[in-house]
Amino acid sequence: MRQLVQHISDHIGKETFALICFLTFLFVTFSSLTPRFLTVANLSSMAFQLPVLGILTLAMVAPILSGGLNLAIIFTANLSGLTLAWTLLQAGGPDAGIVAFIIGVAAALAVGAAAGLVMGLAVAYTGAHPILVSLAMMIFLRGLGEFLTRGGDISGFPEFVGTIGHGSLFLIPIPMIIFTLVALAWHVMLVSTKHGFSVYMIGSNLNASEYSGIPTKKTLTLIYTFSGVLCGIAGILMVSRFNSVRVGHGEALLLVTVLACFLGGIDPFGGFGKVMPVVIALIILQVLSSGLNLLGANQHLSTAVWGLFLILVMVIRHVVNQLRNYLARRE
Amino acid sequence: MRRLKLVANYTVEMRLLVVLVIMCFGLSLASDQFLSLGNLTSLLNNNAVNLIWAVGLLVVLISGGIDISFAVAASVVQYVAAYCFGLLGGGNWILGFLVSGLIGIGLGLVNATLIHGFRIISIVITIATFNAFFGLLMFFTSGKNIYNLPSWWTSRIFIFEHQSTNGTWSELNLAVAVMIGCVVATWILIRFTGTGRQLYAFGDNPEAARRAGINIALMQAVAYGWMGMMAGIAGLMQVNIVKEVIPNALYGRELEVLAAVVLGGARLGGGKGSILGCLLGVMFVAITQNGLNLLGVSPFAFQMIIGGSILIAVSTSNIQIGSDLFKNPGKYIRTRY
Repeated sequence: MRQLVQHISDHIGKETFALICFLTFLFVTFSSLTPRFLTVANLSSMAFQLPVLGILTLAMVAPILSGGLNLAIIFTANLSGLTLAWTLLQAGGPDAGIVAFIIGVAAALAVGAAAGLVMGLAVAYTGAHPILVSLAMMIFLRGLGEFLTRGGDISGFPEFVGTIGHGSLFLIPIPMIIFTLVALAWHVMLVSTKHGFSVYMIGSNLNASEYSGIPTKKTLTLIYTFSGVLCGIAGILMVSRFNSVRVGHGEALLLVTVLACFLGGIDPFGGFGKVMPVVIALIILQVLSSGLNLLGANQHLSTAVWGLFLILVMVIRHVVNQLRNYLARRE
Repeated sequence: MRRLKLVANYTVEMRLLVVLVIMCFGLSLASDQFLSLGNLTSLLNNNAVNLIWAVGLLVVLISGGIDISFAVAASVVQYVAAYCFGLLGGGNWILGFLVSGLIGIGLGLVNATLIHGFRIISIVITIATFNAFFGLLMFFTSGKNIYNLPSWWTSRIFIFEHQSTNGTWSELNLAVAVMIGCVVATWILIRFTGTGRQLYAFGDNPEAARRAGINIALMQAVAYGWMGMMAGIAGLMQVNIVKEVIPNALYGRELEVLAAVVLGGARLGGGKGSILGCLLGVMFVAITQNGLNLLGVSPFAFQMIIGGSILIAVSTSNIQIGSDLFKNPGKYIRTRY
């Protein structure tokens, strides 16, 4: 038994193992506290809620790994959603066909990529700090969105758009399928492509990477462009889930995505971290939120618990590290 | 020679000052209202709270940290202070400053303790406390506003009144006086005290500062405690202006203040930043908005233009203009990432 634990823990990493254990603990606790937790209805509603936050968090992963941050994700997603909505409205609103939808999706992804590209170019070629660049971009995109929509919301889309947000394929919610595919793609990109390798190296030491012949400028540009594309996907998903677009929709998720990344063990200074633990951290946040909701707490208490939980995890990490150092010194 | 040194030491500030002067000059030509007393006083009134936060945040940035939680902390202070005044039988201005300052310092010390005690990077802790403070505040207050506040708190106090010949009043309210007090206090702290100089040293290189014998726990406590105190005082003044306590009114203001302060030359990463730059950064954003308003631009376009100009400013601030260009053209663009 001990060997088995050791084996699993070695194979997937200590951090992931600890997170999975905690997730299991949460599942057991909530199931024993309320009979409504372990029901198909609750599990499926969790599976429908998770993907938007999940994809936005993945958009945050690579920038943090490279030692930066992308604070513009929510408004990039909003603007992409707006692009899709605008295309659909031009094609007749509720009567728009599938072709209009495909064009709209392409345009939405292009808008997301363009927003990311501008940030990437600014970060890579002017040496401005990513937090500032993305913060300025966030204010700009919010302003642009408010300017275009006059602060109102856009709705009235064809019915098939809703099925992307609410439908299931072989009993698995479609948003969940999209999220799984994106997470897999991101995992592969970071672990086994040249670009992924460069991301980690840049996050560890930008100057050393530059001198080692890693195309730092190109990589930084790509990081933010890809991040923008993911925001585009999240924006499309938000359109299909809520059947409307409003600039500022999901604004509160911004800092939650950063929280999920740190919870998933991504080094705040960059250079270290993986996609899998982040996905598990996301599930933990969702379980906490849904479980507390079933117990009668509201969303705000969940927000507070998320924050306190992050502090707790960071404190435990510090104490464990200290203990390990202490033991190593004694040996 | 001394003047040249001043320009060299405050490159970002000087550049921002030049841009600001050009902007003000252009606006005074384009709109005869811009330089009117009424407009200038309302500019100050509207930005007093932001400026109080900005100087608090400046101290944290100089010490090498960052704080996301201060605007939400100010809301927490407003609620807890309102509750305390009820217990204290009404309270008055002196008690008000004491109570809100102390609660603010307390919240700041929560951040400092977690950051120093467990060696956790400040952005992680303050994002966590941002969520915790806001979530708990909304949970315990159920999002309810408070209107029946003590009368001393909500009564308008003017420190300056003037009626122009055409009968319009222009006035400065109490928040502006408090803002000036906070700015001067922060200026003295970072410029003239040993603690202030230690803050710069600590922000520039924490390990070197520690080896030089600087008490780093004290540095963190001073930085976040000062930020917390400013957050508390800003919260107190915000209530004096809007005359009610709304739990989510200040939510989201933190990033705009951060952008303004960094625009003024404070560096993420510590050891750099000045009061002058901080003031210029906040005023740049304020005057841009005010100017657009006077020029009759649609209010919906304000944020877009401000965001765009900040984007241009942060992208170009690393480009060295001046003697360096001629001496060393290869370093024209310095990467400081």
